[in-house]
Amino acid sequence: MALITCEKATFAYEGMPVVKELDLTVEKGQYLCIVGENGSGKSTLVKGLLGLLRPVGGRVFYGDGLKQTQIGYLPQRNDHQTDFPASVWEVASSGCRGLWMNATKRKQIKELLELLGVAHLEKRSFARLSGGQQQRVLLARALCATTSLLLLDEPVAGLDPVVTREMYDAIRMLHKERGLTVVMISHDVQAAMQEADHILHLSNSGSFYGTPFEYRHSDLGLAFFGGCCCHE
Amino acid sequence: MNNVFEMLGKMFSYHFMVRAAVVGLLVSLCAALLGVSLVLKRYSMIGDGLSHVGFGSLAVASALGLAPMAVSIPVVMASAVLLLRLSGRAKLKGDALIAMISAASLAVGVIVLSLSDGTTGDVNNYLFGSVLAMTGEDVWLSVALAAVVLVLFVLFYRKMFAVTFDETFARATGEKVEGYHLLLACLTALTIVLGMRVMGAMLISSLIIFPALTAMRVCRSFRSVTICAAVVSVACFMLGLCLSYLLDTPTGASVVVVNVLAFLLFWVIGRARERA
Repeated sequence: MALITCEKATFAYEGMPVVKELDLTVEKGQYLCIVGENGSGKSTLVKGLLGLLRPVGGRVFYGDGLKQTQIGYLPQRNDHQTDFPASVWEVASSGCRGLWMNATKRKQIKELLELLGVAHLEKRSFARLSGGQQQRVLLARALCATTSLLLLDEPVAGLDPVVTREMYDAIRMLHKERGLTVVMISHDVQAAMQEADHILHLSNSGSFYGTPFEYRHSDLGLAFFGGCCCHE
Repeated sequence: MNNVFEMLGKMFSYHFMVRAAVVGLLVSLCAALLGVSLVLKRYSMIGDGLSHVGFGSLAVASALGLAPMAVSIPVVMASAVLLLRLSGRAKLKGDALIAMISAASLAVGVIVLSLSDGTTGDVNNYLFGSVLAMTGEDVWLSVALAAVVLVLFVLFYRKMFAVTFDETFARATGEKVEGYHLLLACLTALTIVLGMRVMGAMLISSLIIFPALTAMRVCRSFRSVTICAAVVSVACFMLGLCLSYLLDTPTGASVVVVNVLAFLLFWVIGRARERA
């Protein structure tokens, strides 16, 4: 059984259906990248997958031991957090369940911060970190909340090329070494083709789902990149 | 120096001063703790709106000869829930609606007070507070309130942080975000009603806003901001109360002025640290 299944799911944004009758399965171990133009419903679909938005048609269900509230979510970067007083430790540990911290949870957070190379920043102010460091801390928070599925909403938006590369490396490491299933929303189609093993292209005129190879030769794929990476 | 201690000794020989001090200190503590989340969630205006509703309901209660607390607490709590809904749903007009409700409650309160046999002195006391207003019952009520706020705050501290820092993430991990907002609004309503009569309806919201903003000038983690705000708030209230006694100035206004000075001091320290 798949981790997440959408059956003819339709999601609406402000009353208008933007994702229409989508059939999608997210299987264990997949690295799925969701691409599409602005306004094609990527963010709406994220809310739907997280269970924050009910489908207006069809249904979404979770399986293979995944509960709706156990998705490790990395939200789109948000400006309101730039002046929020919070330490790196406080942000990362807010992904943990339960009212109290205990030794096991503390150890887990320490390990995750170390894994993502931000353990030395533990006591620093979150707001003062660079964009890449903040994303790593938020990734650690997401990992506190899940053992199986990461849902990343534009994880590299606004990062410079070097930091973007490092972020993709970190995500690949989590996918390969930790065996996490990854669903990533991105506008960076080139990177999506290299990193993911499946692509979902959302568009107002219908969607495409398949491997990067299939996508490259599909009408939507060709139209979207204008053939620019066919010679790779 | 001895003179000051003598003055303070005399000050606390008055029962009404002791009552005002106990209620004020406990309300300051609660207001500071709740204030950190309210300010960070951009809900400061809700606190201000609630104090105006509190004024209106106190005026109506006194005109009808009803127990002030028994009327104000439910009315202000209901308004808290309403204001929260308004600011959440109608994103664009939420602040305007709060301003409308504030002005409307204030207007109703002033009219009711002028129609009943209230004097301008009563209006003044409601608007700007009076240390004479506290009864023994109020003292017990504020002790109970402070206990409730402290217990809930410690119990839900981590969740409050998660919900304040990132609502969407908290929601995605299954937190009942609306529940926490409701709790925050109800505790704020209680704190405002209790503190209003010492501090005054016009000035009580400063106890919620100032300590959090002051602490944020120098502290960089949620925990340190929370602790610092609580200490600053309690210290400012005590200092303001003593100054108002020594200089014979209105208590509420004196506490606010001390809070302003503390804010300026912390702001200067914060700037100096950043340059260093």
